[in-house]
Amino acid sequence: MSDMNLRNKPVVRDPLERSRDFGEVCLGFTPQAAALEAQRCLGCKAAPCMKGCPVGVQIPRFIACLKDGDVAKAKAVILKDSSLPSVCGRVCPQENQCEKLCVRAVKGQPVAIGLLERFVADNAQIQGVAAKKTGKRVAVVGSGPAGLACAGDLIRAGVDVTVFEAFHKLGGVLVYGIPEFRLPKALVEKEVAELAQLGVTFEKDVVVGKTVELSELAEQYDAVFVGTGAGLPMFMNIPGENLNGVFSANEYLTRVNLMKAYLADSDTPVFKSKKAVVVGAGNVAMDGARTALRMGAEVSVVYRRGREEMPARAEEIEHAEEEGVELKLLSNPVRINGENGFVKSVTCIKMELGEPDASGRRSPVAVDGSEFDIECDMVLMALGTSPNPLLTSSCKALATGRRGVIEVDESLETSLKGVYAGGDAVTGSATVIRAMGQGKKAAASILQSFENNR
Amino acid sequence: MFEIVKKTKLNPNTEEYVINAPRVAAKCKGGQFVILRVDENGERAPFTIADYDRAAGTVTVIVQTVGATTYKLAAMKEGDCLADFVGPLGNATELGEYKNVVLVGGGIGSAVIYPQTAELKSAGKRVTAIIGARNKELIIHEKEFKQRTDELIIVTDDGSYGKKGTVVDALRALLDAGGYDCVFAVGPLRMMSAVCDLTRGYGIKTVVSMNSIMVDGTGMCGGCRLTVGGKTKYACVDGPEFDGHAVDFEEAISRSRIYKEQESEHYCRLTGGGK
Repeated sequence: MSDMNLRNKPVVRDPLERSRDFGEVCLGFTPQAAALEAQRCLGCKAAPCMKGCPVGVQIPRFIACLKDGDVAKAKAVILKDSSLPSVCGRVCPQENQCEKLCVRAVKGQPVAIGLLERFVADNAQIQGVAAKKTGKRVAVVGSGPAGLACAGDLIRAGVDVTVFEAFHKLGGVLVYGIPEFRLPKALVEKEVAELAQLGVTFEKDVVVGKTVELSELAEQYDAVFVGTGAGLPMFMNIPGENLNGVFSANEYLTRVNLMKAYLADSDTPVFKSKKAVVVGAGNVAMDGARTALRMGAEVSVVYRRGREEMPARAEEIEHAEEEGVELKLLSNPVRINGENGFVKSVTCIKMELGEPDASGRRSPVAVDGSEFDIECDMVLMALGTSPNPLLTSSCKALATGRRGVIEVDESLETSLKGVYAGGDAVTGSATVIRAMGQGKKAAASILQSFENNR
Repeated sequence: MFEIVKKTKLNPNTEEYVINAPRVAAKCKGGQFVILRVDENGERAPFTIADYDRAAGTVTVIVQTVGATTYKLAAMKEGDCLADFVGPLGNATELGEYKNVVLVGGGIGSAVIYPQTAELKSAGKRVTAIIGARNKELIIHEKEFKQRTDELIIVTDDGSYGKKGTVVDALRALLDAGGYDCVFAVGPLRMMSAVCDLTRGYGIKTVVSMNSIMVDGTGMCGGCRLTVGGKTKYACVDGPEFDGHAVDFEEAISRSRIYKEQESEHYCRLTGGGK
């Protein structure tokens, strides 16, 4: 009998092998490991784990189905509350959500809920059934996690849904941001195909605010959901930032992920770096660093605070380090130096941690005279993103708040009647699961409003 | 989907494409651009809108064959469909406050100033156009320009047609004569830079259109950033047109070179070697 305080391990590809290709890093549980791991769930009546889930997946119930060997039923349980389990099983920060509250964590390691969710999602095929048509029509703006979740719940409730996407591919951040090695794009395509099969109409190449106005959609549909995300990159505003070789992580990742620049037959060029510096320490920074590594660069991550403060998921940091990404902590770029218009090096200054700031994290203070240079030919800025003002500036009646987020009430309705919003466009950059939760909440509000106005 | 309704060869390496794109045609204005993808492996390539027909639901772009995307495009025929065609992106040209405008088009830039001839004429403005090309063969839309302007000046580098010289020489002569209140110049970066250096001395408002490297065209990548008046701007959402006297052209020229090596390599592979 294995030690019930320790979790079963998924299949993870060797760092040396995987750091040279774009294949998925973690391959998930084998059926045996999944069965053993399911046995570790205590099936707590109070289900503390569920309190950590932004969409309230009935975790002990789906794991109970797994214990019975009924993977299809387990998936049906998950789908009651979540729309994209194969995605969330991979990219949710479970260690800070469900798994953090698992009773098993008191004495040992928590149940690997995320890996079990992924196992269920990947190994069960079930067809959703579209409900009786209500005759109502809803437009969804953006096909990222928020939009897909909203569309899924509406179509299952018998509402006609049209999703408008600005890009030529569906999935939003799931396809342009998160790399293939962390979330295979075939999975996203499968999720989208399932929604299309249920009857959701997808319209690509439509930039709402340019190709069609939000006000037109509001007139033509019974309700609109805006899930346009937070796609606007931030820069540091330091000298040398416009040199060739300085990119937003957004641009670099979009070229590689969405445009498939890592494949020889893609027409999209991508900068071929030998030595790259990534600024920032969130998940996007880790994605940028690990992508640059796979594209053939030596990579260091520069972060102004310490390891404890790194906002990226523990697993991502661990994977990055295993693959050979070097962390240069308590360092902050002050200037980028160039030669003939191209990046040559980054000058950083050492930092030390001072008093806690408003966010509760100790704020970094520069150490006088501690400047040092890191030689490199590429710098990726992964400093966070904010909502894109393209849509909001095209529709002045839509009220916005700090950093351009769309203002909503409790029901996620915006200042425009019948227009709802959710996900990063409302919260500022957050997680896939939180955006999905908001998409679902907005769908519920929209259905409620239809009910009230019958 | 985005069918090539009509394809016309304007000169040995430039084609005009009329694309079926009703949604874009319904909204677009001169000065805005579209992003198209030729096929599933295609890059997202921006092109300024050269003309549009709202009733027919078509948008026209004029494309010079210079690299992989334009080479693939040139191989397409009428009736073929583009994978993607999205827009209108960026802001429309706004020259409404000026009365006597000189439009300067260098090379393929002539295609960008072309829609302005009609828009300014219908607003009752006086329009002078200078179009420049390396040689006679490369001049586009001469007849249409003639019909739609009060005065048309053609210059060629080799003197094979019109006056021998550059658009800058021709513009200098006009400005010396006086009376103009705005210059709208579109063409290669070095040409626009030279035009701005000239017009600065005359204190005349000069607008340029920046065709920067970009991916999404909606403000997400930041690849098209340039410095205007000491501030970083995005050509896709803040432009593509800017006050030419405030643009840092040296930086823009440097940034335009970033993928040169890779692009020519890719183009060579596609065309089977030799440029």
